[in-house]
Amino acid sequence: MMHAAAEAGADILELGIPFSDPLADGPTIQKATFEALEKGMSVRGALEILQDFRRERRTPVVLFTYLNPVLHFGLESFVEAAREAGAEGILLTDLPAGADGALEEVVRAGGLDLIRLLAPTSSPARIEAVSRGASGFLYYISRTGVTGARTEIREDLGHEVRSIRERVDLPVAVGFGISSPEQAALVAEVADGVVVGSALVEALGRGGVEAGKAFLESLRRGMDAPRG
Amino acid sequence: MGNELESDDVGGIPFAPPSPSRFGKFGGQYVPETLIAALDELEEAYRESQEDAGFHAEFEDLLRDFVGRPSPLFRARRLEEAVGGGPIYLKREDLNHTGAHKINNTIGQTLLARRMGKRRIIAETGAGQHGVATATACALFDLECVVYMGEEDVERQALNVFRMELLGARVVPVESGTRTLKDATNEAIRDWVTNVETTHYIIGSVVGPSPFPRMVRDFQSVIGREAREQILEKEGRLPAAVLACVGGGSNAMGAFHAFVGDRDVRLVGVEAAGEGLESGRHSASLSAGTPGVLHGSLSYLLQDEDGQVAPAHSVSAGLDYPGVGPELSFLRDEGRVSYASVTDDKALEAFHRLSELEGIIPALETAHALAYLLGEGRDEVRNGAVLLCLSGRGDKDVAHVARLEGRRPAGSLA
Repeated sequence: MMHAAAEAGADILELGIPFSDPLADGPTIQKATFEALEKGMSVRGALEILQDFRRERRTPVVLFTYLNPVLHFGLESFVEAAREAGAEGILLTDLPAGADGALEEVVRAGGLDLIRLLAPTSSPARIEAVSRGASGFLYYISRTGVTGARTEIREDLGHEVRSIRERVDLPVAVGFGISSPEQAALVAEVADGVVVGSALVEALGRGGVEAGKAFLESLRRGMDAPRG
Repeated sequence: MGNELESDDVGGIPFAPPSPSRFGKFGGQYVPETLIAALDELEEAYRESQEDAGFHAEFEDLLRDFVGRPSPLFRARRLEEAVGGGPIYLKREDLNHTGAHKINNTIGQTLLARRMGKRRIIAETGAGQHGVATATACALFDLECVVYMGEEDVERQALNVFRMELLGARVVPVESGTRTLKDATNEAIRDWVTNVETTHYIIGSVVGPSPFPRMVRDFQSVIGREAREQILEKEGRLPAAVLACVGGGSNAMGAFHAFVGDRDVRLVGVEAAGEGLESGRHSASLSAGTPGVLHGSLSYLLQDEDGQVAPAHSVSAGLDYPGVGPELSFLRDEGRVSYASVTDDKALEAFHRLSELEGIIPALETAHALAYLLGEGRDEVRNGAVLLCLSGRGDKDVAHVARLEGRRPAGSLA
């Protein structure tokens, strides 16, 4: 699927490492997580998938997971192994900025971008504090809540993303709830990037890699279409 | 359970230095970004409330007139005979309104929620005691209440589900994962992430992200403060040991807190060994876990070789949790709190023993602490008085125990 996603025009790939207690994820990612764990997916297994992918392609990859599996693996060894396997960045859902300076330093010293999240609840002061220690890009959560496809995009989103972009130098990607080419196009008007997860997993569940690829291609077309 | 990690060497990485959000290296705020603002707000509201004499006065009035505090300290003479020494005192948290210590915390947090202007309350529950205590406080303060409860617990604690509904709460059965307390907590956190602007999450134990472990401990510390005064009055000296069962650890921290500075008082936390520590089916995170991050804090945790949280098991739904509070983790490493564990079978035996010996049916959770005192821990009485936190009453467990023993009590709801 990673190859198909790259071919369909994804600029960056997020590769999730499953964790038994995905408390920031909605039903779709939870289900995918439990199925992956049942089939024996592990931290090492995910790194091998990345390594195989990297032999053939240059599309940047961000590893996406929760803190405990990588802590248990050993954060320093994990960062090293991830970089060797070809990861550019890491997103740890439950390591918000400032929560643990020592851990943050290990990621940075290891040469991985530590992708930071911002939420509608983040205050202007918080946005500035988070962006100071961030690298790669900032990931703006489009609404309070867990991951999962939604039919609507909030009206305030454009305003919020613009106000973040005024404060930070990094590119801002927006995710959580984006599930159609129309939504992707709307978000692409205000943001530097569009993140899609649950809707892709649902497409994969419906029709395998082919459906996943077709879905991503439709998003790509939506985002690239000229505005009229 | 592997013990390959040393407690001060998680993945070879020094954790963040001690701060008010931590106990040594344990604790912290490992949560999704969306919750940071709510935790900051809670921290601020809690700090203000602690400096507000009006808040303390209202809390104390409610503890006295609504909860029924102070709870008595009862000398259990027939239990002393069975153990072979004494004196043994039971701190009767089972006599609180709603039947357990949980209400101390829910009253405190509900007052805080009101202060923050949050009209919707959510909670997780295992045995249902915290759910009932939360539903009770919400009825009292006219707040909306939603309680998440694992499907397996909904089945084994049917009486408490009905009680919560009577009190006006909505109980949401959680089907994911292990279908017990751990997954009910995940689901409550998901709700909180979604509705954080209108909702306060009343965590039921000394777990979760800072400031919860400290705040819940403070609200529960009334147990130890009262018990310390009461035992000094009765015995003229401090107890040799304080015993409490440990799931997340709220009754234990509540009972221990006033004694932590009394270096001669042994503090013993009794965990659920389920079908035995070797079986892998237990909930003894302090005895057999390793440090890890779950539900927002670093603490001892049951986990597998890939850092996935291992399913916990206990006959008592309230102890059926793979983590434990960060402060207890810290006190364990400091050597200040000793820990032991008791199997399902021994706990069930103690459930019967106390019922027959003292006319008190204890909660199955509490029965673990009693089983320790009746068994492996009987020598605790050699050094002086023993204080045991009788954290809850066993009415909620009667149907469950009857079923386990192949009997069906008349009029059972289960």
